[in-house]
Amino acid sequence: MNACLDIAGLSAVLPNGQRVLRSVSLCVQPGEVRALVGESGAGKTMIGKAVLGVLPSSVRVVEGAMRLEGEDLGRLQPKARRTLIGARTALIPQDPLTALNPSRRIGPQMTDRLVRILGWSGERADTRTRQLLDEVQIRNPERVLKSYPHELSGGMRQRVLIAAAFAAEPRLIVADEPTTALDVTVQKQILRLIAQLQREHGTAILFVTHDLGVVAKISQNVSVLYAGKVVEEAETAALFAAPQHPYTRALMAATPRYTDPFASLKPVDETVMAGLAAEIAAADQAWRRPHG
Amino acid sequence: MDKSHTSRRRRSPRLWLAGGWLLLALLAAIFAPLVAPQDPLAQDLMLERLPPFWLDGAEPGYWLGTDSLGRDLLSRLIFGGRIAFIVAFAAAIAACLVGSTLGLIAGYFGGWADRIVSRVVDIWMAFPPVLFAILLVAVLGTGLGSVILAIAIIDWTRFCRVIRAEAMGQSRMDYVENARIAGYGRVGIMLREVLPNVVPSIVALLSLEMGIAVIVEAILSFVNLSISTDDPTWGGIIAEGRLSIHQAWWVLVFPLVTLILTVLSFSQFGEALKTRFDPVLR
Repeated sequence: MNACLDIAGLSAVLPNGQRVLRSVSLCVQPGEVRALVGESGAGKTMIGKAVLGVLPSSVRVVEGAMRLEGEDLGRLQPKARRTLIGARTALIPQDPLTALNPSRRIGPQMTDRLVRILGWSGERADTRTRQLLDEVQIRNPERVLKSYPHELSGGMRQRVLIAAAFAAEPRLIVADEPTTALDVTVQKQILRLIAQLQREHGTAILFVTHDLGVVAKISQNVSVLYAGKVVEEAETAALFAAPQHPYTRALMAATPRYTDPFASLKPVDETVMAGLAAEIAAADQAWRRPHG
Repeated sequence: MDKSHTSRRRRSPRLWLAGGWLLLALLAAIFAPLVAPQDPLAQDLMLERLPPFWLDGAEPGYWLGTDSLGRDLLSRLIFGGRIAFIVAFAAAIAACLVGSTLGLIAGYFGGWADRIVSRVVDIWMAFPPVLFAILLVAVLGTGLGSVILAIAIIDWTRFCRVIRAEAMGQSRMDYVENARIAGYGRVGIMLREVLPNVVPSIVALLSLEMGIAVIVEAILSFVNLSISTDDPTWGGIIAEGRLSIHQAWWVLVFPLVTLILTVLSFSQFGEALKTRFDPVLR
């Protein structure tokens, strides 16, 4: 069976030649939740954007392939690629406050895509939208559908966006730090909701986050990213039981613990950072040789 | 929700004051032959320079007095409003259509489209607008059509710059990216996701532009480059009033006050409409 998403040796560069993605390989099986962890600037979001075909124009993919259910995205014409991505993927964005159009009501924003892009009848789109709002536990869908985004709370908006992401039954959802912009109590509900819908719909999720606690709760597999390079890849349970890479170990040691609230925060050790820098430099050198 | 709506409405007197004046002036202009107390062109040298009604020597029926040819000032102002409003609406809408379209395209598509449009706007704005208008009318010939065309040709840049900047900001928003992921085409996104968010600005600018068009038309009439000299225009009346300021100040002051009130109302009305149109500010 084809992997849902298969990224092989993906490299991307900035206009100044600096690599932002360093031969990233990553595989998401159908129905799997794979977490992509890393500190900010590690390129987690960049990978998500590459998959969804919305990389900023300054970033250029120079190497590697991305396959969505076996279809090589790089070989498709732009239009066919857009259609494929639109039909099979969806995004749960980081900031629910800017991800909905402020001057359009929720209802049309949700149904529009089903009707115009996927060619559903208005009635079917409407029923589907209500069903999904029910699944994300929105109790008065009538009011929500008629609301403008600013009339809803952040948590409500994120629920709407989750419902919208699942509405068209995509095969893959990219969740780009979907809980970071929310306050802690809401984070937990949203996370639970995503996990629940994921189980019920069997959708594969590429879950981008910097929060190891979230990783442990939601994912089966993890890829740890540093400076655009996958430094460790493992099953979630195995990773937490026995992290292999020194960077992963240092990250786990750096996580504050409720059991010891007075301990000072531990930054990642300097020798670990030096080791990482050497690793990255070596990888770049090896990469540059055949690429001039 | 509904409560705050109504209270906000009551607290916005500028919408009603500005709108009220504009409506009054517009209705007077439309129904000028019915409303005007006198024939605006009728001269009577026996009645020259009559003062307004509260001063000694005023004649009933000549509420705001007469000019140096004995023509009724109020009637001339009312008839002058016709030209002012026609120019305001036609020129502002024409400038808005051209400017907003180009601005939206430049701001949303960026790249070459933006570079070309922005260069043209820069060059355009280097011309002093009033001199540009006078030059254009001199080339196009006087008349209502030329005045409207001249104002539209000069002022489309005002829309273009603002709408370009707004469309640019919009195109970086997450919901635009979401629409791209969903598979919408570029033009579809521009019309569906970007345009609704710039409509409030377009409305505000449109109203502001109407005020500016009224001023420019008055300036052109003032230098005798607008419509044929027979039809009363506010700028024309001001030009005549300037000559007799020491004998009959009212011939200068009343058209000026009318002009200021109208222009001010247009800009205030636009601002108030903008908040009314914007779902977030509303």
